[in-house]
Amino acid sequence: MTRRIPLLATLTVAVCTAWPAVAQNATAPVTAIRNATILTVTKGTIEKGTIVIRNGRIATVGANIDVPRGATEIDATGLYVMPGIIDAHSHIAVDGSVNELSLSVTAMVGIEDVLNPDDIDIYRGLAGGVTTANVLHGSGNAIGGKNAVIKLRWGKEARALLFEGALPGIKFALGENPKRASASPNAGAERRYPTTRMGVIDVIREAFVEARAYQGRWRGYDAAVKAGDRTAVAPARDLALEPLVEILEGKRLVHAHSYRADEILQLLRLAEEFKFKVATLQHVLEGYKVADEIAKHGAGGSTFSDWWGYKFEVVDAIPYNAALMTDRGVLVSINSDSAEEHRHLNQEAAKTMKYGGLSEEQALKLITLNPATQLGIDKRVGSIEVGKDADLVLYTAHPLSVYAIPQQVLIDGVVYFDRAKDLQARDTRAKAKQALKDKEKAGAAPARSTPTETTPKVETTPRVEGDR
Amino acid sequence: MKLARLRVAALGLACVVGATTGPSAQPVAPIAIRNARLVPVSGPPIDAGTIVLANGLIRAVGARVDVPAEAVVIDGTGLTVYPGLFDAFTDLGLGAATTGAAGAATPRPAPRPIRGPQDRPATTPWVQAADEFRADDRRIETWRSGGITTVVTAPRGGVFPGQAAVINLSGERREDVIVRSAAAVPLVLTPPGAGNVFPGSLMGVYAYVRQVFLDTRHATDASRRYDANPRGKTRPEHDRSIQALQGALQAKTPFLVPASSSAQIDRVLTFGRELEIPVVVYGAHEGYAAAARLAKARVPVLVSAHWPEKARDGDPDADELLSVLELRDKAPRTPAALAEQKVPFAFYSDGLSGPSEYLANVRKAVKAGLAADTALRALTLDAAQLYGVQDRLGSLEAGKIANLVVVQGDLLGDKSTVRHVFVDGRRFEGTADATTGSGSGARPSGRGGPSTPPSSIGGAVSGGRR
Repeated sequence: MTRRIPLLATLTVAVCTAWPAVAQNATAPVTAIRNATILTVTKGTIEKGTIVIRNGRIATVGANIDVPRGATEIDATGLYVMPGIIDAHSHIAVDGSVNELSLSVTAMVGIEDVLNPDDIDIYRGLAGGVTTANVLHGSGNAIGGKNAVIKLRWGKEARALLFEGALPGIKFALGENPKRASASPNAGAERRYPTTRMGVIDVIREAFVEARAYQGRWRGYDAAVKAGDRTAVAPARDLALEPLVEILEGKRLVHAHSYRADEILQLLRLAEEFKFKVATLQHVLEGYKVADEIAKHGAGGSTFSDWWGYKFEVVDAIPYNAALMTDRGVLVSINSDSAEEHRHLNQEAAKTMKYGGLSEEQALKLITLNPATQLGIDKRVGSIEVGKDADLVLYTAHPLSVYAIPQQVLIDGVVYFDRAKDLQARDTRAKAKQALKDKEKAGAAPARSTPTETTPKVETTPRVEGDR
Repeated sequence: MKLARLRVAALGLACVVGATTGPSAQPVAPIAIRNARLVPVSGPPIDAGTIVLANGLIRAVGARVDVPAEAVVIDGTGLTVYPGLFDAFTDLGLGAATTGAAGAATPRPAPRPIRGPQDRPATTPWVQAADEFRADDRRIETWRSGGITTVVTAPRGGVFPGQAAVINLSGERREDVIVRSAAAVPLVLTPPGAGNVFPGSLMGVYAYVRQVFLDTRHATDASRRYDANPRGKTRPEHDRSIQALQGALQAKTPFLVPASSSAQIDRVLTFGRELEIPVVVYGAHEGYAAAARLAKARVPVLVSAHWPEKARDGDPDADELLSVLELRDKAPRTPAALAEQKVPFAFYSDGLSGPSEYLANVRKAVKAGLAADTALRALTLDAAQLYGVQDRLGSLEAGKIANLVVVQGDLLGDKSTVRHVFVDGRRFEGTADATTGSGSGARPSGRGGPSTPPSSIGGAVSGGRR
């Protein structure tokens, strides 16, 4: 089976794992954040604490810790430090459409191919304390494209954004969006199947039936090769079925866009029939109605704090959803699904304390450790513990307060956002801009009409409510 | 002087009349350009040299060259002779009607619905520009009169629109003008149609192209096995897209892949490595930021000379992003950056309306730091090299195809006028369009329509001079 994993993927992992260590060694091997209120998420709060960062990882955390000689010091007096926020549902940093809408099963497409490291939303998310994002395909089809889990390493090239070692995932979608009942087909084009909820689950089932057959062909081939059959012919690779086989083999996480209790149960039952697990139910606004079933299946729930009513299938939602699911043993995260909302996910998490009475630590987990666990990266991120990546946010106030503003954001121990520096740079940038404008005006040749250009333009990401 | 010019014009007329049947037709009188400054590109310039053309080829170039007695002699005093220029990627001669999608002459049944990659949407790599080229494209004369003697032209439309050909802008018969067919396989990564037909997104296009190359390689193995012993085996499916790509892979034909921004260039370099195909990047306006990576990947570049401009009808007070302003400022620096990193590159027109704009934009690259001789190479020999025709085109060397442009002034200087253009040894007149200076090129234009054969062009021009 391994031979079919593209070489590229293997290379990527190799390159990316090497990257942070090299960068750290070359620049600042040791950093110390001093005198901070440290919200570890897993091990309580440390007042006037110190975090020592070595090679991008947390080396020591505690109240009485010696700062190694030569360390770069960050004075965090009066500041709160928490683990970087993990957004389990994002559509930032994508070139072109986030939806491949043409077919009902588009497992062959993937976000990794079209990551755009220049998207300003990366920086804006970073400025809101987000350090990791699960960048998902849209919800336009029953089985959408592959995801990419990224760290918001603003300024790095696309492949250096990838969260090295994160389990690959894929988007599924139920309900209104994949039905596309209201979408009018192009003249001459066929109306896409399905147009009902029955059809959506049928499409997913058919896809897995096909995937099993495909898996069988490969198993037959692998067995023949193992038995020494030199005439064995490898089946043709099918990029749409490979990810589904990976799901069946537990190597790829399913992130399923879903709202209603009935469709949630439909999918969980189908997954159990095919013996795979749904990693997360995304949005899952009626999750509170079937929380026990979700918990029993072992799926995570990644929801909004209090966002609903934008279409008919999302009317029966309540702001207690996250808290109620948590109470019933579901692993819950709060996500943004939005390049606006990801800038204040800390406040979104805080709402669960009012609606449902979650504790501070539980609320913080919704945007740190829980999404990390859902994405299979909890050994690396999600809490402030020795050995974990130094992905940290320094806030001016307790992050669950509406007054909290991120001052600095670190990823792998490197400061990727510094509010003071950003404020300073604004003037420089404005001057640079004006200088370029003046230069252009001075050298302006009489403008010409521009004929059709054939060079491809960077496509902009359409961000529409329909993705939700 | 006036007398001399008259004589030259008259003799020019004689020679083009004799050459109308094409480069490979019966021999015509050789042409010698004497006492001109020669810029061979492949070697140092010769201040007062002679170049002799015969049978569509360069017979001799040098400071001291024997001029055959029967040769028509052109006095090159005050003129500079350069190799003919390339537009290294265009659709000249391939109008919308000749693109792959509509390439078939006979009406086709309604296309079957696209249910996935297996239906090969927007994929016509079997279409050859060399088969579709039409010499009656009105734009040809415009480009040729500005010194563009050779184009690499490719069909448009779709993800795999078809294969490019190296074509000399010398005549009417398709058979005569093709220098090299199947010279490159261009790819387009923009979704070809509406979003609800596969591939309907950029990531869909990437996935599709990946699947097509997997299928191509799988089919190659399958047919090899079948051909070795067909008995008892199901015969492989016939797929002309796959066959065309198999041929291209086997011939190591370069694949032209679009990438404009630095991030897109990275993406395409990664993709090319994954697919194990020889990539040439086209576009590359932000190549100044990616030159080192292109060098490391040993990927050549076709630089779009259509530098980004402020939209003419845009709001003059619009607050544009710093990154947009920077790109406009720095894009013309791309060629210099590529040259510094020793990345092979050539220019292409990318929708510019004519040779004057094209050359004016190359001059902008020179002003932005590109050495003039490097710019010239990128317009000639390096372009030829990119398509594997450097042994026959791109420089003034004995035995090469007689494509030259004769200029008053410095081709890449501020003021220059194209006086004559020779393609496959056939002589054409330059026009004012190829100049940046004002009035100097305003010449009588008593010529006929664009499809008028060159014989009458010559006649009309010399007539007009009298």
